[in-house]
Amino acid sequence: MLALLLVVGVWELYKLIGPQDGGTIFGWTILPRANDTAMPHVWEMLSRYAQPENRASDTPILIVVLQGAWFTFRIALTGLALGTAVGLGLAVLMARFKVVERGLLPWLVLSQTVPLIALAPLVVSWGGRLHVGEFEWPRWLSAAVLGAFLAFFPVAVGTLKGLTSTPLASLELMASYAASWRQTLFKLRFPAALPYMVPALKLAATASVVGVIVAEISTGLAGGVGRLIIEYAREATSDPAKVFTAVFGAAALGLVMYAIVTIIDLVGMRNRPREAAE
Amino acid sequence: MSAPEGTNAVEVRGLSKVFNAGRPGAVEALVGIDLVIRPGEFVSLIGPSGCGKSTQLRLIANLTEPTTGEVLVNGKPARAARLDQDYGMAFQQAGLFEWRSVTKNVELPLELKGWDRAKRRARALEMLELVKLSEFADHFPWQLSGGMQQRVAIARALAAHPPLLLMDEPFGALDEMTREHMQTELLRICAETSTTVVFVTHSIPEAVFLSTRVVVMSPRPGRITDVIDVALGPERTVDTRETEAFFARVTEVREALRGIQPADVEPDIEQVVEER
Repeated sequence: MLALLLVVGVWELYKLIGPQDGGTIFGWTILPRANDTAMPHVWEMLSRYAQPENRASDTPILIVVLQGAWFTFRIALTGLALGTAVGLGLAVLMARFKVVERGLLPWLVLSQTVPLIALAPLVVSWGGRLHVGEFEWPRWLSAAVLGAFLAFFPVAVGTLKGLTSTPLASLELMASYAASWRQTLFKLRFPAALPYMVPALKLAATASVVGVIVAEISTGLAGGVGRLIIEYAREATSDPAKVFTAVFGAAALGLVMYAIVTIIDLVGMRNRPREAAE
Repeated sequence: MSAPEGTNAVEVRGLSKVFNAGRPGAVEALVGIDLVIRPGEFVSLIGPSGCGKSTQLRLIANLTEPTTGEVLVNGKPARAARLDQDYGMAFQQAGLFEWRSVTKNVELPLELKGWDRAKRRARALEMLELVKLSEFADHFPWQLSGGMQQRVAIARALAAHPPLLLMDEPFGALDEMTREHMQTELLRICAETSTTVVFVTHSIPEAVFLSTRVVVMSPRPGRITDVIDVALGPERTVDTRETEAFFARVTEVREALRGIQPADVEPDIEQVVEER
């Protein structure tokens, strides 16, 4: 909360003292412009939420942004679930077979260097060609897949680290009980990996939101907050506060996803010793 | 569960173990080990660091394979005995699962055997009563002291009523008072459950107080140099520690250890973990 006020303070302070047309150092425009078009006042952004989206409508923009965020939220959640499932599956495979880890891990790293914008149209066109019986590939599913594409990586890497960091003594204990690999996985390795998986899931949660928003923008999927950002940005000169309403909507969405993982964390770790909290 | 009459609890014949065999840095951890342990015995393995006492215990537990020789547990090859859960094991670190309650920790071996919930619960509570921790059944491991955690580990090791208990310096991390208390408790528990015990330690009084026999080992290469009978009788109490007979045995074990040079192998070969 304090941090938020600080950001607002810095923003308004810069508006007060910053150069109106941007600062120029050695002929390069470096400092951002502090005029009302580039940096609207914070209260203008907030009051913009109460006004309608455009002259033709009378729903306040707050409702429009919330609806967009809700639309994006559902896709991002699907993407996160999908990405987590894939990530966990890959992590288990890599933990089980050293060969798979050696063969697969470099490709996973490589996959994250492919720009999402380049991938988005491809996923849409693959999905469009996919027909399994009655099942039609909906457009939003492409966006979810792209969210999952960003989300699976931290989950796979974090879980792999967790699954392979099991204390040797505990593994020997399980061996002394003649436990199968599967029993060891579910009764020992996964619970022991949880502290490694939670930060990975937090990364994945925010990554899935980013993935979906980029996918909305680059595939032209209407209805979500990503689309709103692009639409409102076009009106930036005439209505500068408008785009910020959508940007904040997207940021809030990321925070909500993060909060969901934090709740999972608190529930999952409720019986563990908490050194950090003391 | 228990073996037929006349079967030895543990039988070790011509056992040797070489780490990194055939490569530079090969370490002869054990050579020419022969040892027979009868049911109901309490046998301690004692020796300086690097004498292979932990390795020998791990061979009996089939947590590692011998280079030569054979190990029979309960009349079966060690591997078969492990798969049948013929022994329970306790380590220096209690090694409780921090995400499980005390009861759930004790239930672990029973869960792995596929017992149903009610039966597991009943046995776990019975075991906690045995180690006098009934009122901590729903606590979590981090809420217990080191000695209490180790008692839970013993309850867990004995939950399936194995005829044999293997212990690797289980009281090594405890303070002296707790340690003596735990020793008395261990003797009581083993008497009540008629469990055979193989116990690794480097404390001479601990070995003498607990054991019917003390096996003295020496390093480079790890081998048995002496076996000492401790005829102190089955009833051992706090007072036993102050008897002439007790001191005499402690002296005897100390003298058996005297000629032995401590190994200066670094790292301690007991810590050498085989590539699995």
